[in-house]
Amino acid sequence: MTELAKETFFSGYDPQGFYDEYFRADQQVRSAASQFIERVNTLSKSEILNRQRTAEQFFYNTGITFNTGGSSNGIDRIFPFDLFPRIISHEEWGMIERGLQQRITALNEFLRDVYGAQKILKDKVIPSELVYSGRHFLKSCMGLMPQQGIWAHVSGTDLVRDKDGTLYVLEDNLRCPSGVSYVLANRSVVKRAFPNFFRNYAIETVENYPEQLFDTLQHIAPQSRRDATIVVLTPGIFNSAYFEHSYLAQRMGVELVEGQDLIVQDGYVFMKTTQGLQRVDVIYRRIDDVFLDPLVFRPDSQLGVPGLMEVYRQGRVALANAPGTGIADDKVIYKFVPEMIRYYLSEDPMIANVPTYLCCDEKDRDYVLKNMEKLVIKPANEAGGYGMLIGPYSSSAERKRFAQLICKEPRNYLAQPTLSLSRVPTIIRNRCEGRHVDLRPFILNGRNVYVMPGGLSRVAMKKGSLVVNSSQGGGSKDTWVMRKQVGSC
Amino acid sequence: MLSRVAHMVYWMQRYRERVENVARLIDVNLYLSIDAPGDAQEQWEPLVITGGDSVLFKELYGEATEQNVIEFLTFDERNKNSILHCLRESRDNARAIRQVITSEMWNELNQLYLYIYKTAGSKGKITSPYEFFQKIRSTCQLFTGITDTTMSHNAAWHFGRIGYLLERADQTTRILDVKYFILLPSPQHVGSPYDDIQWAALLKSISGFEMYMKKWNDIRHASVVEFMLLDPYFPRSVFSCVRRTLDSLRAISALSEQGSAYQSKPEQLLETLCSELAQMKVYEVIKTGLHEFIDNLQMRIIEIHNSLYRTFFSPNAYEMIYQDHQAELKLTE
Repeated sequence: MTELAKETFFSGYDPQGFYDEYFRADQQVRSAASQFIERVNTLSKSEILNRQRTAEQFFYNTGITFNTGGSSNGIDRIFPFDLFPRIISHEEWGMIERGLQQRITALNEFLRDVYGAQKILKDKVIPSELVYSGRHFLKSCMGLMPQQGIWAHVSGTDLVRDKDGTLYVLEDNLRCPSGVSYVLANRSVVKRAFPNFFRNYAIETVENYPEQLFDTLQHIAPQSRRDATIVVLTPGIFNSAYFEHSYLAQRMGVELVEGQDLIVQDGYVFMKTTQGLQRVDVIYRRIDDVFLDPLVFRPDSQLGVPGLMEVYRQGRVALANAPGTGIADDKVIYKFVPEMIRYYLSEDPMIANVPTYLCCDEKDRDYVLKNMEKLVIKPANEAGGYGMLIGPYSSSAERKRFAQLICKEPRNYLAQPTLSLSRVPTIIRNRCEGRHVDLRPFILNGRNVYVMPGGLSRVAMKKGSLVVNSSQGGGSKDTWVMRKQVGSC
Repeated sequence: MLSRVAHMVYWMQRYRERVENVARLIDVNLYLSIDAPGDAQEQWEPLVITGGDSVLFKELYGEATEQNVIEFLTFDERNKNSILHCLRESRDNARAIRQVITSEMWNELNQLYLYIYKTAGSKGKITSPYEFFQKIRSTCQLFTGITDTTMSHNAAWHFGRIGYLLERADQTTRILDVKYFILLPSPQHVGSPYDDIQWAALLKSISGFEMYMKKWNDIRHASVVEFMLLDPYFPRSVFSCVRRTLDSLRAISALSEQGSAYQSKPEQLLETLCSELAQMKVYEVIKTGLHEFIDNLQMRIIEIHNSLYRTFFSPNAYEMIYQDHQAELKLTE
């Protein structure tokens, strides 16, 4: 046992009754975090703050930034970053990994079914009107069979931990979830800040994600295309996730293309190169379904490629994720994922859903309208934390407005109890304070289901805030999954 | 490689080269002003003329004082050729093609931009002009070095090289065009030490003074013209830049499916220009008129740029290549 300095950076840190990822309620250190805390306690306050500053400078210098609307001077905001990682024990991670594999397998079965035989609707496990009224259900994808039968190739499931320590799936993000580049950037920064720690302790690596992604994309190339040409399709430089698109293309060694770089000719997709046209086999697209092909979806789309969907239908190009996948991450359909797991896999869900009230159900709606100040109310198809009402922090005027919205469009709203998300110690103006976090592991569904060990821990930097989205002032942390300790008990 | 990306690599390097040249011009002029006689302000106006922005400058600043010219050329974003503006363009292009260039290249360019951007916003701005412009020059050179040593010499690298070589050739013609006529013998200065300093400064504007002296040992007007336009070995002479541009275009053809037997349109234009310059004698240039000669050179460089755009960069370039290729096939049939 090392002798601790009298005053450490964590002295006086108070979990304030929340579930804390480092400390138990009795102030004892959780075992997964103990080695890290010991290490931090050997550092002086100024050493810790220095490392935090160095990390921020790194993001700035290397231009790891995001835009929220193209800034004209080219100075971008860095994604706020906190040095203290979220730490997960080996045992707990094993459960999360299996739970996520189970979930993504069931969701993929659902997509195959709902655009095919629709058994789950016929058996009335999910009300068919909820599927047909889903904004992201694409009739034009009925009867399609994507390469290898995979619809959701890349997903980023949001997990949260409530007061009592239970983990829940909050959302399944199956439509171009972003954030994975920050996971990799965070890791490289934290490694620089604590090099010895990484040398001495076993932390699962996340750095092979780009290779895993490449392998997943190669797996879905149209058959007979041995040296498949893979591209990443981006909406362009003004998209808030442009850095990520370019980063992934760079790390996989493939072209980053915009819609204008692609053209459909003679039934195939080509890209326009300095040597003429080159055939494209797999498109990891980071644009929404409706922009993919102006001939099929939004005719005003400048981001897509006219004729792309027909080539896709003919099986001459693969798209990841498959168009139409969005119906499975509709927040109303979300409620039925545990049913899907039972229906398709005959298993019980390993990670729980957050209890969800659907406003299109009369009984649920009555409950929601009567308990608005206790609930979080969300629109069914928004991302980025937009258009939400957090009951306990809302005004009566806001609640009134939401009651009207719900009654006007019941299918579009759902409600969940307000969870008090777990917290991680975070450096706030030279001090250590608890801040709420969630966790987005990234899952790849290809030859097999790969779950990145860790993921993006998003943190609400504002005191007391439960909203972790980057568009709402959230930041991020590295996530450490501890490897099984060899030779210790 | 993607046509759009080739276009962006080209401009990333072209703007970066412009930044380096403007910084060098200011640096040389600052040094020169130490030795200048009383009417030293006159020497700042040519810098504005070189960039081709004198009308805008007069409108915005009026008098060509040292301070005004430095502000205009360095930080003024209304000037499309200012260091800050060009650096932003270069960095914007780089940012859009980070998957094609290397991280080390990007980091260097990004940090230089952030440095200039911060300096532009700070009150006293440049505290030590010598260090400031030296830093810009050396970072640009560092960038070129990093590019050569971390990036594969693939098509993208060649398009970038074409970008900065054409820019460099163009800048050399501009510098010579503006300065030569100002330096032509004025009765009171001929043969004076100050006259020699001025000619040396002209050569220093393209970092060519030392190499010139090795070759010619003393300063003669015709030799300076020959050195800047026709020298086969000095890397900033027009001939050298144009010849290496041709090398890069040949390499790009050799990398293509059609192979090196195929000759693109810009390649043909450059071939003609190169053989003309190779045979050109400096007394012919001066006899027919230096200004006219330079004018023609600049037009040719623009023509080459336009041809590059049509053949490689434009969204319809693939059609051009296809047609060219078809025509080739017909010829060989």
